[in-house]
Amino acid sequence: MPKNEDIQKILVIGSGPIVIGQAAEFDYSGTQACQALKEEGYNVVLANSNPATIMTDHTFADQVYMEPLTIEFLTKIIRKERPDALLPTLGGQTALNLAVELEKTGILSTYGVSLLGSTLDSIEQAEDRELFRSLMNELDEPVPESAIITSLEQARTFVDEVGFPVIVRPAYTLGGTGGGMCYNDEQLNDIVQNGLALSPVHQCLLEKSIAGLKEVEYEVIRDRKDQAIVVCNMENIDPVGIHTGDSIVVAPSQTLTDREHQMLRNASLKIIRALEIEGGCNVQLALDPYSFDYYVIEVNPRVSRSSALASKATGYPIAKIAAKIAVGYALDELEHPLIPEATACFEPQLDYVVTKFPRFAFDKFTSGDRTLGTQMKATGEIMAIGRTFEQSFLKGIRSLDIGTNELWIRSLQHLDEEQLIERMMKADDERIFIVAECMRRGMSVETLYEKTEIDRFFLEKIHKLIDFEQYILDHPLDVQTIKQAKQLGFSDGHLARVWNVSEDEIYNIRKEHSMLPIYKQVDSCAGMYASDSTYFYSSYEDENESLPSTNKKVLVLGSGPIRIGQGIEFDYATVHSVLAIKELGYEAIIMNNNPETVSTDFTISDKLYFEPLTLEDVMHVIELEQPIGVIVQFGGQTAINLAAGLERRGVNILGTSLQAIDQAEDRDKFEQLLDEIDLIRPRGQAVFNLHEAKGVAEDIGYPLLVRPSYVIGGSRMEIVYDQIELENYVAKVRDYSDAFPILIDQYITGIEVDVDAISDGEHTFIPGIMEHIERSGVHSGDSIAVYPPYRLSEQAKQNIVDATMKISQTLRVQGMINIQFIIQDDEVYVLEVNPRASRTIPFLSKITSVPMANMATKCMLGETLQSLGYASGILEERSLVSVKVPVFSFEKLRSVDTTLGPEMKSTGEAIGYAETMEKALYKGLIASGISIPQEGAVLLTVADQDKEEMLDVAKRFHHLSFELYATKGTAAFVRSHGVPVTEVAKIGADEPNVLSTIRQGNVQFVVNTLTSGKQPRSDGFRIRREAVEHGIACLTNLDTAEAILNVIESTTFSAQPI
Amino acid sequence: MHNAKLVLEDGTEFLGYAFGSTEKKVGEVIIQTGMTGYQEVLSDPAHANHIVVMSYPLIGNYGLNHDDFESIEPAVRGLVVREKCDLPSNFRSTESMDEYTHANDIPAIEGIDTRKLSRHIRNNGSMKGVIVPTSTTTEEAQTHIASATNGTNAVQETSTVKPYVVPGRGKRIVLIDLGLKHGILRSLTNRNCHVTVVPFNYSVEDIVRLQPDGIIVSNGPGKIRDIESVTTAVKALIHQIPLLGIGLGHLVLASACGARIKDTSSGRYVTGLPVTHEKTKITRFTSMHQSEEIIEESLENLPLEVIERIADDGSIVSVHHTNYKAFSVQYNPESAPGPEETSYVFDHFLSYCSAKHIS
Repeated sequence: MPKNEDIQKILVIGSGPIVIGQAAEFDYSGTQACQALKEEGYNVVLANSNPATIMTDHTFADQVYMEPLTIEFLTKIIRKERPDALLPTLGGQTALNLAVELEKTGILSTYGVSLLGSTLDSIEQAEDRELFRSLMNELDEPVPESAIITSLEQARTFVDEVGFPVIVRPAYTLGGTGGGMCYNDEQLNDIVQNGLALSPVHQCLLEKSIAGLKEVEYEVIRDRKDQAIVVCNMENIDPVGIHTGDSIVVAPSQTLTDREHQMLRNASLKIIRALEIEGGCNVQLALDPYSFDYYVIEVNPRVSRSSALASKATGYPIAKIAAKIAVGYALDELEHPLIPEATACFEPQLDYVVTKFPRFAFDKFTSGDRTLGTQMKATGEIMAIGRTFEQSFLKGIRSLDIGTNELWIRSLQHLDEEQLIERMMKADDERIFIVAECMRRGMSVETLYEKTEIDRFFLEKIHKLIDFEQYILDHPLDVQTIKQAKQLGFSDGHLARVWNVSEDEIYNIRKEHSMLPIYKQVDSCAGMYASDSTYFYSSYEDENESLPSTNKKVLVLGSGPIRIGQGIEFDYATVHSVLAIKELGYEAIIMNNNPETVSTDFTISDKLYFEPLTLEDVMHVIELEQPIGVIVQFGGQTAINLAAGLERRGVNILGTSLQAIDQAEDRDKFEQLLDEIDLIRPRGQAVFNLHEAKGVAEDIGYPLLVRPSYVIGGSRMEIVYDQIELENYVAKVRDYSDAFPILIDQYITGIEVDVDAISDGEHTFIPGIMEHIERSGVHSGDSIAVYPPYRLSEQAKQNIVDATMKISQTLRVQGMINIQFIIQDDEVYVLEVNPRASRTIPFLSKITSVPMANMATKCMLGETLQSLGYASGILEERSLVSVKVPVFSFEKLRSVDTTLGPEMKSTGEAIGYAETMEKALYKGLIASGISIPQEGAVLLTVADQDKEEMLDVAKRFHHLSFELYATKGTAAFVRSHGVPVTEVAKIGADEPNVLSTIRQGNVQFVVNTLTSGKQPRSDGFRIRREAVEHGIACLTNLDTAEAILNVIESTTFSAQPI
Repeated sequence: MHNAKLVLEDGTEFLGYAFGSTEKKVGEVIIQTGMTGYQEVLSDPAHANHIVVMSYPLIGNYGLNHDDFESIEPAVRGLVVREKCDLPSNFRSTESMDEYTHANDIPAIEGIDTRKLSRHIRNNGSMKGVIVPTSTTTEEAQTHIASATNGTNAVQETSTVKPYVVPGRGKRIVLIDLGLKHGILRSLTNRNCHVTVVPFNYSVEDIVRLQPDGIIVSNGPGKIRDIESVTTAVKALIHQIPLLGIGLGHLVLASACGARIKDTSSGRYVTGLPVTHEKTKITRFTSMHQSEEIIEESLENLPLEVIERIADDGSIVSVHHTNYKAFSVQYNPESAPGPEETSYVFDHFLSYCSAKHIS
């Protein structure tokens, strides 16, 4: 009997909120794992605090606990559920760390829970630097010279021995948090101290730098019979020195001979066998490009971001197979999901090239340090498949959705050679574009190789593309040139730009000459076996393998790479839309390019096209498949932005009309709409230059909310308090091609509210209203949202419902609508209307049990709310209080200001639910990583305009017996109101000063509302960064501070004289 | 514009761009899967009758080097790729695919939809083909294919003419060369063997006179029916000296013991084919060439035990003699290219060979 019959109930731990280094890939792997275990008849108990995930849907596990991922709560779950086993290897580093802790604290043995997949020993051997090194020595596998250090002194001693540069890697942190490369003493001091502080075990590994070597990864699976396979190997285009999560990666390796490949394959298999892992494992290696010397960099004894990528790159579902292996199956006892003749004991064979690009959030974090290093900074990634490297690479660039459809960024044109070289050598997120720019200016492959150490193979390929750019330029509108360009992978957008014609024109020429791509199957076996795989990618070649059926089909557009403002929530909605389409009996086709997600799991849809989400690429699929329509409401702004082009080319957009979308997004039309239906919004106007801006500002009066139109997640949105700030803002944004018009709005202080509703064109159903704790001005994605609302009057709620109904009806919304309101004295201001799925869909769906995306999809396909069993109006409020708490990745993004404002900064969210608001908030905060101490100290440093309000916060902390520290001005104010406070010296003064107080961990909270004035190194900024880098909660909004006080008060008894 | 095409015997054409030799060599068109190892594949003498189609689209990325050849002169009759790399990158690379095919008279073509070709062969069975200029008509090409007579003496063409010694201080192995890959020699010299490589038609008496501790019958091109003399020789040797058959040598050993051999439905050329051990049920990944296989029923009452089978279709790829120290494997235990996890075959064999002559 292969399956383990001794266990019935299995606890699966998810990875919690999305942070940099731990993103949607664990929803994909966790969902697969839960499905796989349920398939085997196990009772699956899931713990994950992230409500935005598919895995936390009830359909994927028997019991879902969206509780904080802490030992305390997990112990409660274990006590209650009494699982027989725990599967910790599919929830990232978070789950693995928790499993280790549960085992060490004896909880697993107390309740008789066995660990599946990896033993504690093997986890520790892979994770603990010292144990890892000694294992590698035992196996005779080379590792770079290194030392485990627990103090700066030890670090210095090591560097004295091996010399600079050295890499610092803090133990047990996510995505290399706190690590970095040191070239000199100063950097060493800085990074080591920071790393020690961030490591939960106060330990860092110092390694002799092997930067510049080829970085190669192997995804390996092993079973209880000691059979082991390599699912995929991957070669980083960026050599060692840039975190693999931030590197451009190709699969399979391109520049390794069979001897090199077999050598590294052998090493990887030897390691997984030595660790006795039953499941998946990732081995990272560094190979000297000039010899057979190699080093083992790192081993992850669990599925990872790379394994999600490898699964999508090969069609081999690593997490699913790993879960089945964990419960006892051997590889050869499992079916291959794509090849009827083969078992899972099969090494995928590729006949295409896969390219992965990281997606960064520096469009949001304009002041962020863009330099790439050993600490991961990307928020998401895309994958592209092509039959040649060039096709795959250029598709990848299109998929990034960064405003360019080619290997070219306009702004780089303005840099001189020196600036380009400097940025290239420092390596930032635009490096590959800089390399291309340098080539355009005549720099040789050899020079570029010296400066970047990117393998000449890749540089030559890029060079070929750059050469062809010139050819294109010399042959405008030439049919043969278009043909060659398409085969190489160039986009219509590129041709259109350089020939100064419209994209439609190029497209028409191509259609006239039948220059359309065909689609090839991803079958995991390079055509060796017949496969019924429904997973396709395009290529300009001969044989089309994607034969359209005669069924009625619907195409759903996904949301592309995960970035701030467009996260995993959209994938959640996309997946539910696909499932709803299938329920109605249509064929559901999905297009997306994000390898981390559930939507690109080929078992979800009837057909998956792994393609860029551009007009050109989407049209190709539509031409072939002829769907009855396209759904753009669930793919975030990426999909919505395609709607106009699609309609122009005669495509049927399902659901809310394009005209209505435009009415909601175009400012003038929107205003007109609101006027018609007698609703108000903050006063405002679109302006096209500074002069106009000043005029409008005078008219409305400061403070003002300013932003460019068509934004994602409040991109480049700010509050300005006076004319100087307004001038600064305009000066800052005017260089962006899409900067104008700039929208200027009156800034209203009030309660912000988020409403999601579903409409069938006639009737509208509102599952619930979410109230934000933070006042208006903080981006809705960064606010703590509470359901049901707790400060709104019945009248206000009724006004919200009425307004929502009116807007939906007037726009004749068919599908989803999201509206943001500000409530001031029961007066309802309409802030924003998004006729599409919002990021609150999964949260609201889960807490109200209303399957919103499913219903909305059905409405788009002609069902009515009534036929679905819902009446018009708002759902009765539940008594359970739920909060959605934003989670940030500030510790990974140096130089990013943590202060909250209209620009969204959070990368993920956590949920907390309980009978009372305070308990729910407690859970939510804990789940988001903020600890709630019952005693301690707080540092106050607030702006003048906030002092009055802060006083109450100070008093309440004092009542709770917290010690108060404050900077000079704040301290004087607090003291003058009779509250005892310790004054700390300002930045730059002798220690102890404000920074050292934080650094030494004297305080548990920092309350800081100092504006930075948009200057990157202001005092307020430095205080906030200091707090973040030392893991101390920094509250930049007094509403958040008060909410936390409520929580502490409700859980603490304060000592009071009678 | 396209300047060449691959024409198959069924008349199917694939347009592309020629490189390498312009000679019109006819060969059986086979699909080689595997994402690395084109250099080893091209120089594998077992491909003597083949036009090799690489299923991986990018070929030549890391160039060709001095070390990784499996024979001095490649025997392959053609190469078909999606895209060849003109600017290879690897520290050992000494020439490009263009240069190599040119220097070694290999007709080659790039720019064709190799996946379409793979699927065509998979669905229609293996067939012959030829690379010709686009100006050649399909009929002319088909006539040329039909008139080609090559194939039956491939072993003779690739086997060494004279015996030679690769000296070592360990066990004495006679290696009967049916078109051997250097990888086998490498595997033996790594184990300190003293290897005498003899031609395929070397007599039994001469082999015995060399007093080997063991005999290996190598891999090679062509069909078992074309080398009956070798089968006869093995019959005479198997009871007296430990024996290992590899590839074609596996079929020689099996038929020497009375097994009958048939053509496989379609040939397989895979680096990384799963093979399952009959007893332990452990699956390993092998570098496999298979165009003929043992007929299972013919093993009844023969002194041969099945050791391993291909995981997907159960065809027999390893047998062991029940009375003698003799066994054989269809796959390449020396790999090159491919996974190296079956190299224990050599250790196992050498454990049979008692070294009488170690100095």
